[in-house]
Amino acid sequence: MKEQLERIKEEALRKIEASDALEKLNDIRVAYLGKKGELTSVLKSMKNVAPEERPKVGQMVNDARALIEAKLEETKAALARKAREEQLRREVIDVTLPAKKANIGHSHPNMVALKEVERIFVGMGYEVVEGPEVEYQDYNFTKLNIPPNHPARDEQDTFFINPEICLRSQTSPVQARTMEKGKLPIRMIAPGRVFRADEVDATHSPSFHQVEGLVIDKRITLADLKGTLAEFAREMFGEDSKVKFRPHHFPFTEPSAEMDVSCFKCGGKGCRFCKGSGWIEILGCGMVHPHVLEMCGIDPEQYTGFAFGVGLERIALLKYEIDDMRLLYENDIRFLKQF
Amino acid sequence: MNAALSWMKAYVPDLDVTAQEFTDAMTLSGSKVESYRCLDKNLEKIIVGQIMKIERHPNADKLIVCQVDIGEKTIQIVTGALNVKEGDKVPVVLDGGKVAGGHDGGPLPEDGIKIKKGKLRGIESDGMMCSIEELGSSRDMYPEAPEMGIYILPEDASVGADAVELLGLHDAVFEFEITSNRVDCYSVVGLAREAAATFRKEFHPPVVEPSGNGENIEDYVQVEVRDTDLCPRYCARVVKNIKLAPSPQWMQRRLAASGIRPINNIVDITNYVMEEYGQPMHAFDYDLLAGHKIIVKRAGDGDQFQTLDGQLRTMDHDVLMINDAEKEVGIAGIMGGENSKITDEIKTVVFEGACFDGTNIRLSAKRLGLRTEASGKYEKGLDPNTAFEAINRACQLVEELGAGEVVGGIIDIYSKKQEPVRVKFDADKINSLLGTQIPAEEMKGYFRMLDLGFDEDNQEVIAPTFRQDLHCLADLAEEVARFFGYDNIPTTLPSGEATTGKLSYKLRVEEIARDVAEFSGFSQSMTYSFESPKVFDKLLIPQNDKLRQAVPILNPLGEDFSIMRTLPLNGLLTSLSTNYNRRNKNVKLYELANIYLPKSLPLSELPDERIQLTLGLYGEGDFFTVKGVVEELFDKLGMAKRVHYQPDCDRPYLHPGRKADIVYEGMVVGYLGQIHPEVADNYKIGDRVYAAVLDMPKVIPFVDFDRKYTGIAKYPAVNRDISMVVPREILAGQIEDIIAQRGGKILESYKLFDLYEGSQILAGHKSLAYSITFRAKDHTLTDDEVSAAMKKILNGLEKMGIQLRA
Repeated sequence: MKEQLERIKEEALRKIEASDALEKLNDIRVAYLGKKGELTSVLKSMKNVAPEERPKVGQMVNDARALIEAKLEETKAALARKAREEQLRREVIDVTLPAKKANIGHSHPNMVALKEVERIFVGMGYEVVEGPEVEYQDYNFTKLNIPPNHPARDEQDTFFINPEICLRSQTSPVQARTMEKGKLPIRMIAPGRVFRADEVDATHSPSFHQVEGLVIDKRITLADLKGTLAEFAREMFGEDSKVKFRPHHFPFTEPSAEMDVSCFKCGGKGCRFCKGSGWIEILGCGMVHPHVLEMCGIDPEQYTGFAFGVGLERIALLKYEIDDMRLLYENDIRFLKQF
Repeated sequence: MNAALSWMKAYVPDLDVTAQEFTDAMTLSGSKVESYRCLDKNLEKIIVGQIMKIERHPNADKLIVCQVDIGEKTIQIVTGALNVKEGDKVPVVLDGGKVAGGHDGGPLPEDGIKIKKGKLRGIESDGMMCSIEELGSSRDMYPEAPEMGIYILPEDASVGADAVELLGLHDAVFEFEITSNRVDCYSVVGLAREAAATFRKEFHPPVVEPSGNGENIEDYVQVEVRDTDLCPRYCARVVKNIKLAPSPQWMQRRLAASGIRPINNIVDITNYVMEEYGQPMHAFDYDLLAGHKIIVKRAGDGDQFQTLDGQLRTMDHDVLMINDAEKEVGIAGIMGGENSKITDEIKTVVFEGACFDGTNIRLSAKRLGLRTEASGKYEKGLDPNTAFEAINRACQLVEELGAGEVVGGIIDIYSKKQEPVRVKFDADKINSLLGTQIPAEEMKGYFRMLDLGFDEDNQEVIAPTFRQDLHCLADLAEEVARFFGYDNIPTTLPSGEATTGKLSYKLRVEEIARDVAEFSGFSQSMTYSFESPKVFDKLLIPQNDKLRQAVPILNPLGEDFSIMRTLPLNGLLTSLSTNYNRRNKNVKLYELANIYLPKSLPLSELPDERIQLTLGLYGEGDFFTVKGVVEELFDKLGMAKRVHYQPDCDRPYLHPGRKADIVYEGMVVGYLGQIHPEVADNYKIGDRVYAAVLDMPKVIPFVDFDRKYTGIAKYPAVNRDISMVVPREILAGQIEDIIAQRGGKILESYKLFDLYEGSQILAGHKSLAYSITFRAKDHTLTDDEVSAAMKKILNGLEKMGIQLRA
């Protein structure tokens, strides 16, 4: 009996050892431990064993069973591990193969620049507003202190529709429209299309974009204008940007200035972008002319303000080193994809 | 406006600055220097030498060998120039020095030309004698210089001295960008005044001395101004016994530096005064003025007049003319006539120093297509008092130069006297506008530097008539800011009430539209708002269609840019065409821009500007790609109702079988479809183009940014699939309408999962299969509930003549 048990055990263990698949292990389990299995039949033949021997033999059978079961489990785990390893090996991919992109579209460079401008001014408490592109000359000129017959109205600059209406040549009429609404204080920017009778070439376009800015409140000073625009330049062109204000003339501001920013390509040392000067002309600005305030129904004794106008294309061309303005209106996808 | 530093220094003698210092400071005080040119650039070690002896070169016929005294020693120079003779004083560049250019007068090399001693055909040469071209100048500026030869210095030049100095080349010429309000700065005197103030130096303007003999001009000429509105002031003086000759070198050099070629003393004087005072002068030949009379009056309509450039021109009643007793002799302020122009035979001249209405001159010059140096000055609106001063200055120069005999007296017709403007001074207000604390006395100091008067009793600044830009306190504030220095004004941020930064509602919606379009693979394009009327033909718009009612531009850049667009497709198709013809594959573009619909034509009020979202693609993608973007956008905009598509719509530019209006809540908010193949052909796109257009003003009222959480379903859903065969002309949308209307409260969703048209199906029919999902929020659905709902749907479908498949 004992020899028989030993033989069964040895044989079972050997078979387990030799197994290379989970199904085989199952067969072995059935063959030895199943209801009709060899070990089970040993147990069944216990009745032939002397009663005093039975506990001992029973123990031996149980031991053999435990041993076989343990070996079965151990081998099963090993096989599972092996199978997982096999799977992982099989599933190796070439991670350098091309990505599957959603092919998201791209914003126009003008819009990229505009979003940046909007972000800065919205952060400073400015509202973004709009005005009509086909505009009364009254708003485009007269209310901006450009009376009839002023050279600025000259046909060479402005597209006219009729004696009252033109295509706006600047975003400044939105100043007048905003002031007329009479809600004070005002902090607004007005981006939009403007039109000038310039032939299309590398640096001119008959249609381009400006962003107008206007602040009206009590006690607004030229110092506030300087501070605000210096902050804008730092946000737009980098923390180290410096600004320089030069006196200039616009009919609707007094005093007026042009703002240069230290060249953000060379840092002010002089390069081809700044034509060696270290400075780049960025925008025109000034204190709103008291005459303009009056025409728009604001008491210049009570309120002062500043205004500025930035050319969006100018910023886009400079910032993204675009060397031909025509690219902005061709919409070649190879160009747009770069933004 | 160009001006030489030396000329300005003539009125600001203490001005001692480099060209760069001048540029920087003047720009910061408001007279922007665009660029400058140093006349002594690359001129090094050039001194006065005297040729002591000339010998032939032993080895070369075309060369000579000169012994040149340069002060401390004599050097030997070999030259090919043959215009020199013994005793001549010449500019000599020594060994190691530099000249600006070659003797051919070509473009100047950036770093000049270095001169070293060496041997020329075996003979030692220790330096070089210079031509005017080698000194970087030209015979325009130095007309006395020989053509192709060494420049000969005056006999009194001292040997060994700086020849560059002697030639007046230690000078710089500045190009100014003068703003339109500063008419006074279009003159050397005006710029010198600004320079004096900028550098805090004394300003010494030219002193105009009385001129003239004992005669009376009234005995020579009569002047009558008939249209005083166009000619506020007219001054005339007479010079007789004219002696034409070249003007002196100092005058020639100043003119040449300003870009004006010297001609003769009389012409040069008029040009000189024009530069100095900014006042154009005209000179008539006295003997050619019939009746010795000048009459200033408007031209007759259609008058033919030959200007001194020989052109015959047609006048109109708004052009102001100068006439003599019989005929027109000049277009006032623009150009003189052929019939009175100065020739070399001139004996007596009538000088005109006048002030004409700037606007009239500008408009006349434009109508005549004749913009001259003079009209360019007049159109800015000149100070009538300068006319008087300038004509006397011209006569003073005539006497100084001995160019003729000035007749005593002046004719001065000054109909409406220009008075200085008085502006109330208030230092506190200026400081509160600038954000500064500048003492009142300092401000008054700036005004004094600028020749502005000050009335202490009334505390008023008195702006002289040449300062036509000073009217109000803000103008004074600018003068203070300019000379206090914009740089010295503090930088602060606005105080006061806080405001909320935000986008307008419309712009918020547009931002979402851009995001959805871009996330869906469309890139943003920008195209022009104006286009050609031919666009309507290209887009197959019928002749009488309302879309052809476009706003025309009066002065377009050409027909291609002559009307404001009434639909947005042309821009997008043009951009797609550009891409297609550059062989770019699979292009998806969108634009968010206005169309302009007139309320009536001709325009009596502003047109309706409607922002359009336009999507277009060729290559990958189809009708349902653009449809998908539309629905994604509606989703993001909180437009949760069912979108309807109406194929029966009037869109001639779309494929008749692949088009639809987009209908939301019964309102057409846009359209989509395949671009009509004929239209695609017109744009030279050889591929199917799909487009969608949303009229954003119609979309925006439906936008709803409110979101409310409805709870994630706790009870299970029940799915039922139905399959049906329907006539082809029944649209999926109609079937979905039935499902949506009849599904009841428990209908959660439905989805088309199979669509088949083909041989196994009855001809003219198609097979559709839907999966319909039901769910209740508060309980598990029973079979009966679902079956009841399904029965309603099926009944509805059967009523439409739809066969259900088992």
